[in-house]
Amino acid sequence: MYDVAIIGAGVVGSAIARELARYRVKACVIEREEDVCSGTSKANSAIVHAGFDAHPGSLKAKYNVEGSKMMEKLSEELDFPYKKNGSLVVCTKDQDRNSLEGLLLQGRENGVEGLRILEKEELETMEPNLSEDVTCALYAPTGAICCPFQMTIAFAENAADNGISFFMNTEVDQVERVGDHYEIKTKAKENSTGSQIAGEVLQARAVVNAAGVYADVINNMVSERKLHITPRRGQYELLDKAVGDHVSHTVFQLPTKMGKGVLVTPTVHGNLLVGPTAEDVDDKEGTNTTGEGLESLGAMSARSVRNVPLRQVITSFAGLRAHEDGNDFVIGEAEDAKNFYNAAGIESPGLSSAPAIGVALATEIGEKLGLEKNPSFEGKRKGILNPSALSLEERNALIRKQPAYGQIICRCENVTEGEIVDAITRTLGARSLDGVKRRTRAGMGRCQAGFCSPRVMELLEKHAGLSPYEVTKNGGKGVLVYGQNKEI
Amino acid sequence: MEERQLTCIGCPMGCQVTVTIDQGEVKTVTGNTCKRGEIYARKEVVDPTRIVTSTVRVTGGTEPVVSCKTASDIPKGKIFDCCRELAKVEVAAPIKIGDVLLENVCGTGVDIVATRDLPVA
Amino acid sequence: MKHYDLVIVGGGPAGLAAAVAARDNGIDDILILERDNKLGGILNQCIHNGFGLHTFKEELTGPEYASRFIQQVLERGIDYKMNTMVMDISPEKVVTAMNATDGMFTIPAKAVILAMGCRERSRGALNIPGYRPAGIFSAGTAQRLVNMEGQMPGKKVVILGSGDIGLIMARRMTLEGAKVEVVAELMPYSGGLKRNIVQCLQDFDIPLKLSHTVVNIEGKERVEAVTIAKVGPDRRPIPGTEERYECDTLLLSCGLIPENELSKGSGVTLNPVTSGPVVNDALETSVEGIFACGNVLHVHDLVDFVSQEAANAGAYAARYIRQGEKTDVRTVPVRGIDGVRYTVPSTIRPEEMQDTVTVRFRVGDVYRDSAVVTCIDGREISRRRKKVFAPGEMEQVILKKEDLADAKIGEITIRIEKEA
Repeated sequence: MYDVAIIGAGVVGSAIARELARYRVKACVIEREEDVCSGTSKANSAIVHAGFDAHPGSLKAKYNVEGSKMMEKLSEELDFPYKKNGSLVVCTKDQDRNSLEGLLLQGRENGVEGLRILEKEELETMEPNLSEDVTCALYAPTGAICCPFQMTIAFAENAADNGISFFMNTEVDQVERVGDHYEIKTKAKENSTGSQIAGEVLQARAVVNAAGVYADVINNMVSERKLHITPRRGQYELLDKAVGDHVSHTVFQLPTKMGKGVLVTPTVHGNLLVGPTAEDVDDKEGTNTTGEGLESLGAMSARSVRNVPLRQVITSFAGLRAHEDGNDFVIGEAEDAKNFYNAAGIESPGLSSAPAIGVALATEIGEKLGLEKNPSFEGKRKGILNPSALSLEERNALIRKQPAYGQIICRCENVTEGEIVDAITRTLGARSLDGVKRRTRAGMGRCQAGFCSPRVMELLEKHAGLSPYEVTKNGGKGVLVYGQNKEI
Repeated sequence: MEERQLTCIGCPMGCQVTVTIDQGEVKTVTGNTCKRGEIYARKEVVDPTRIVTSTVRVTGGTEPVVSCKTASDIPKGKIFDCCRELAKVEVAAPIKIGDVLLENVCGTGVDIVATRDLPVA
Repeated sequence: MKHYDLVIVGGGPAGLAAAVAARDNGIDDILILERDNKLGGILNQCIHNGFGLHTFKEELTGPEYASRFIQQVLERGIDYKMNTMVMDISPEKVVTAMNATDGMFTIPAKAVILAMGCRERSRGALNIPGYRPAGIFSAGTAQRLVNMEGQMPGKKVVILGSGDIGLIMARRMTLEGAKVEVVAELMPYSGGLKRNIVQCLQDFDIPLKLSHTVVNIEGKERVEAVTIAKVGPDRRPIPGTEERYECDTLLLSCGLIPENELSKGSGVTLNPVTSGPVVNDALETSVEGIFACGNVLHVHDLVDFVSQEAANAGAYAARYIRQGEKTDVRTVPVRGIDGVRYTVPSTIRPEEMQDTVTVRFRVGDVYRDSAVVTCIDGREISRRRKKVFAPGEMEQVILKKEDLADAKIGEITIRIEKEA
């Protein structure tokens, strides 16, 4: 019997798991995919919002502002990339300046610090590539960018290192209240080589629903307070590092009747990110990009930033935001299901809010279950070493000790064998090319794994003990090779 | 009299060659820029042949396969037979460029030779 | 780390030929830096034949062609380091590199030759919509898997792009047991050599659909289907022309991009058309003493031309090391116009040039019954007829020193002209 079973190892589920680890608790995280950070958490704007967007009094406002304030310290504690680059919401000449001022007041009411409105002249020196139509902008110095992969992985790794179990490739089929606890039935699954893994039944005193776009399905298994989540697709284009400095702040557009508009932002790794579109889709698996969607990014981004160098695109992707009908996060114990806790409807600003949601839910669960504090909790986590951050002497000392750190595998992002082996062999290590990519950036660069994938495949075989036919791009049946030459 | 248009594969130029054939016999070849083109065209209409390049499995080498080729061209109709034969071949490292890996593939009289060195692991 | 007269970045066909030529032109102190675990570069995975007709007067496979040059490098005792990544080249020609045995080290050099080659355009850069499952490979990645690892990345294959690697892989995959359903090409003409259309597609009845592109990729974990559609003259898909192919693999052969990230760091000026450095008649970049050759300079169609060009770069670098460089010399620009997309080199120094300089270029479209015409300030100096000029094939004209003696020359132009 588990004290707590968390469904979903996205950023929210992982943050809750890490906070729960502060207690003496027997807890597990159940994840459908082969890795943490495989759903909405991996495909979003990678923004830590300042917190002026949401209506005062909403859960979105509360957790966003709290989360945003926690983020810098957390990034040091858990060693994930975070940069307070500041954000701008730009108002163009055909737009109502009053709306921008409304946003300023709303932000102040939400408790966002340092907000102010900047005029054209100041903006021209601060962000020279803004569209000529921009007249003024709301500046939020606390707006930031982060790496959502590394953030989620850091939460999950730290949780696991503090004793929380993670079950990957495990999809929940049914959740049922049985007496004073819950029974969670998981689905049978076929692995990459075609063999069947039987489903099983887990028992837990409490369940946390952090199932992203499926959170309504999970909630509706046990609660009569039905939720309805619409997957809202956002398509993005990621541009080459050569143009990563096209803007230095995160540039949002003032929301209009036409929608929120797209943002243009540097990423914490130095690329430029443009997106998202906003399309409600029926399919909870609809993470495909479309010709029209990608094409629309050109005109949409041009409203705020001039000459966005979209020809320098290195990849495009789509993510699904879990939009709940009530238009707010649904957080806390379900009224009619004791010890069933929702973290549902987590759309933007979900990434920014995750740390605060984690604390809030873990605290609530801790109290309700009467959990004791875990005195041996270690909240510090060391990420994968970044050799390029070392001095020459340190780097050479490292290579002398561990020569793999002198061998570049991903030539676009300069990722060494040492980093990749670490990514595979550490807690909750990578089991796929994308798992390695999310942890180390190998394959994330301009050649998009063209050169390094055969090398990373070899390293996965060697260090994860996989056969060539078990190595996948991203889990499931996504194998990369089928058999030897002439034998398929 | 039959006329056939061919693209010469003798070199990267890819000349458009016209061949006239009368009762199974090549009468004229035009459009080629070198001797190679004529040889290719005469052969192509009567008895087309190709060099086949592939890989065979290696044991004990630094890499799992070694690249190879037919030492000269073989009948086009035997390409797939040749590949099926190669599927059965396994050679031990070390291998030197030019080593014969399989003699007389599919009865063509042509050997399969290695096209690279492959040292012992 | 030791100082070298000449550091060559890249041990593929360009780097090897450059090293041999530099040594034969009197430079003893040469170091080749290669990131892979063997010399020869991409030739090692190009196991098909067709290399070397110009250079060795016989048809060789890629590894055989490479081995001839490797042999020459070894015979000359030229230094090389493998598994070594060059991290930076400074404008002062200090090369910073790293490997597992030496760590991170710097080498001051008198001259540097850039020979890093190119990379393939990825699915991301092509912006193909759809899902992002396993089974989408650039043709070169698939080539490496099949030819060097002996592993098959697909059973049922659609190929986008009819560049030579795509065509070659259509045949390779077929010979190894896969079914290649179709090769789609965005342009109304193939980007590959005509002979590869014959021996890689027609020999195996693989259809080539010109003016087609991929408009959707299905499959969440592994590719399940690919939809292609016809494109109009604007190269945009025409609704209603979609054809869906069930398959597990999409190979991309949609162009090569010179890898010039290091060059940029050294301050070398790049040509936006080629994505390679701008060079003069000595294949010297805008930074004195840094030379470029092979696919990092501009994408070649045949390795034989890479070897020729690289040998020139090696000889010129040797001359530079021995004699230094005259500044303030007369420089004449070379421009491609009317169908000639670019020229390499883009400037000539008539007093410094050898007796002849080969100017290489590509055309922007298919031109039939046309001629390449070279003019000096509008005055025609040479004309060469050809039945077909195609963008997939590199062209060249040879400039003679004697034609450029006049000190008042303003520019040299090269153009394509339709002939009656």
